[in-house]
Amino acid sequence: MPLSECSLDMLRQMKLKSVDELFEDIPKDVRVDGLRLPDGLSEIDLRRELGAVMSANRPTSSMPNFLGAGIYNHFIPAAVRTIVSRSEFITSYTPYQPEISQGMLQSLFEYQSYMAELMAMDVVNSSMYDASTALGEAVLMSHRISGGDRFLLSRAISPEKKIVARTYAKGADIKLEEIGYDAATGLVDLDDLRSKMMDTVSGFYFETPNFFGPIETRWEEIRRIVGAKTLVIGVNPMALALLRPPGEMGADIVIGDAQVFGTPMNLGGPTIGVFGCKQEHVRKMPGRIIGMTEDLEGRTSYCMTLQTREQHIRRSKATSNICTNEALLAVAAAAYLAIVGKSGLREIARRNVENMRSLSKRIGSIKGFKAPHFEGAHFNEFVVSSDHSPEKIHKELLRNGVQGGLQLPSAFPELRHSSLYCTTEMHSKADHDKLVSALEAVR
Amino acid sequence: MRYHQAVHEVPTLFESCERPTSREKFDSTLGGMLPKDVVRSELDIPDLPERDVIKHFINLSQMNFGVDNGMYPLGSCTMKYNPKICDDIVSWPSVADIHPLQDISTIQGALRLMHELEGMLCEVGGVDAVTLQPAAGAAGEFTGVHIVRAYHESKGETRKEIVLPDTAHGTNPASAAMVGYDVLDLPSKDGCVDVEALKASVSKDTAAFMLTNPNTLGLFEKNVREIAGIIHDAGALLYYDGANLNAIMGKTSPGKMDFDIVHFNLHKTFATPHGGGGPGAGPVGVKKRLEEFLPVPRIIKKNGIYSLDSDRPKSIGKVRAFFGNYAVLVRAYAYIKMLGGKGLVSASENAVLNSNYLKERLKGDFELPYAELRKHEFVLSGTPLKKKGLRTVDFAKRLLDYGFHAPTVYFPLIVDEAIMIEPTESESKETLDRFVEACEAILKEDPKLLHDAPVNTARRRLDEAKAARDMIFSWRAYKKKTEQGSRSS
Repeated sequence: MPLSECSLDMLRQMKLKSVDELFEDIPKDVRVDGLRLPDGLSEIDLRRELGAVMSANRPTSSMPNFLGAGIYNHFIPAAVRTIVSRSEFITSYTPYQPEISQGMLQSLFEYQSYMAELMAMDVVNSSMYDASTALGEAVLMSHRISGGDRFLLSRAISPEKKIVARTYAKGADIKLEEIGYDAATGLVDLDDLRSKMMDTVSGFYFETPNFFGPIETRWEEIRRIVGAKTLVIGVNPMALALLRPPGEMGADIVIGDAQVFGTPMNLGGPTIGVFGCKQEHVRKMPGRIIGMTEDLEGRTSYCMTLQTREQHIRRSKATSNICTNEALLAVAAAAYLAIVGKSGLREIARRNVENMRSLSKRIGSIKGFKAPHFEGAHFNEFVVSSDHSPEKIHKELLRNGVQGGLQLPSAFPELRHSSLYCTTEMHSKADHDKLVSALEAVR
Repeated sequence: MRYHQAVHEVPTLFESCERPTSREKFDSTLGGMLPKDVVRSELDIPDLPERDVIKHFINLSQMNFGVDNGMYPLGSCTMKYNPKICDDIVSWPSVADIHPLQDISTIQGALRLMHELEGMLCEVGGVDAVTLQPAAGAAGEFTGVHIVRAYHESKGETRKEIVLPDTAHGTNPASAAMVGYDVLDLPSKDGCVDVEALKASVSKDTAAFMLTNPNTLGLFEKNVREIAGIIHDAGALLYYDGANLNAIMGKTSPGKMDFDIVHFNLHKTFATPHGGGGPGAGPVGVKKRLEEFLPVPRIIKKNGIYSLDSDRPKSIGKVRAFFGNYAVLVRAYAYIKMLGGKGLVSASENAVLNSNYLKERLKGDFELPYAELRKHEFVLSGTPLKKKGLRTVDFAKRLLDYGFHAPTVYFPLIVDEAIMIEPTESESKETLDRFVEACEAILKEDPKLLHDAPVNTARRRLDEAKAARDMIFSWRAYKKKTEQGSRSS
């Protein structure tokens, strides 16, 4: 492309004839001649072309969707978009110069504050990539806290998290072992946990509600069995509007995903990994932490702190390699929680529980279906089992314009008749009706 | 030409007067729907009117500085302008409101976009296959180093060491360590890789050499082919840190330079906004012989239909759930589509032109260690400031008062009082000239002004030691501390 008049002026000032002279240091044998990519599109053509490409997707507006399994469809108030659309937030970098970045720093401090309150933890960092990498980092941090070359994971967690945790564990030569779940309740199999909780184990991870939906009730017993080792608890932050916070269950580390607070599903990314811990472990923690301080004039101010844990200072001895995180989504979460407030959040959580109970009851009353598959209290997800194969049900539903639950057999062969359904405040009665009548029609 | 940032007194959301004063107990059992022993007894978050929340965050946003506010010459961060159409597209329901576990027949548009983006990145990177899964540059490094490990393990070898130059980004050694490698720092010679020292350091224990080219000084490593030869002869792999890719698009490529593994920072080179720290995306490209190690699932196109392949026994597994930071990928795709091949080449040309123009104009005012010709960024030394009892940090803080974000400072470590400047292609000559004028004006100012800077920002210099000492990371911790304080006094 031809250079602009200003660019030519710069070249003249540098006494250069062409821009090519600025690339003379690239040896001939490694040069390439341009890029074999099509010419650029105007904004109007781009919009038209991408509109056509994306019309091949079926979003929630055109098809009721009953998937959860880590990514959730929740309502996003318009004001959240207004806040996260501020270009001062969107187009800034990591706040390395705190004096000119107080807006982002205070917003992140408020995110940390909301999450610390919801989880009843002393410290929450300003975000990890997502819940799966947060789990990977928690496995590594448990090793830093408790030593040991083995880590125990509940079987009732998402297959995505397991495979990511395995990648992180492999780097540190930590062996992951699974703890089974009770066939009736879906909750942690305490006997299995007791038998595997040995000296060489650094810690144990379980979720509440877990991947199948049930809420863990025996957390005191679990904490006792884990003893002096590291207890890592996974949560759905939305459910914490109602549920006992992991800080009260004796968690050393807590992880989760705050996508539920103000971020669309976005095909699963970006989401925002929540990572909290007890104060005594903070120096072993990965990720950026915002702290409160004062400026020269004594005004309350915020800055990144405890950076000596981090890669740009400690290099190969850092607690993690993480640098870029999910800051803007943390702002979205803080904005969401500020807008809905305690009353709104509890109301939304209540509707999730009610919708889950009413939908599972309706499905459970269809001939040939059982729901929820596991006993006990759930939040907004539940397993449905049936005489029909999950695959057949899925296809029938899709034919009727419904995205059904996640088929479980490939990851959980023991649940070969089951699928995992999720319902949130976004589902109307009409959505439930459509699902139920489509299920009734499965033959 | 002075700048004044808004200064608002914005109490945290937790101290608003709208906050209910009593911590009333509530029935979170929902009338018995949830058992008593699993519900919480209290939740201390405020109920606020939407009007006040908007005021709070809009005022906070005015105390933040982004590329849209002004020049952001943060070296190695490539803070270029982010086209607004890209943000607009990701708000479309057809883009945003889809679930990663939907039947693949209902996400064909998203799969097509990702498959095409992989192809575009292959072309820019000179590689044969790309994964979009890593969520950030460091996650890309983590992925790449896992591929290194899987490659050697597949040959029955356990190599223990990764070599990198002392100018490397801090994430390089941290990522290598996270995958279980020992890190060997290689001292530079004249700001570039010391080829003889490299020869002496590689052995049968060397798994890989990590390099960015141009390097963090903005110098092109001319010996890159020879370096590649040394590494490959030792049976090791060559890793390209893509943080500095903005300098070379269409001029050379990591693949052409014989790198085996490359990561791309979409939030740098491909203009996706950095969001005050993230989200980003760090796709990884590899040469053909390493494709089998890429994370699962792979997106496959057959007869115009896109599907997912997870049956890849040699894959390193996954580094993040689902497909990666898809909304960031969509933005990068839109950016590449809008610039086209020629536009990307032009972006690199102008980035290098702007960088060299600034360097020419500023080198007399500071010191410019190492060679003259730079690529997209250059590193000055602020040592002349010492004569006035000042340091680089003072200069950087004073730039804020002039409405410019500070450059990266004190990095790379091999330059004393380093000032690392990357203007990007986005800034006009007029802006660059204003930047130079500001720098020159600052150098003529009374040193006291620099020492006291900044004064035009929302806050003056912070007591960062106090933050580390007090360890107040949440409102909850603040309350606890003040309650303890009032009890003990």
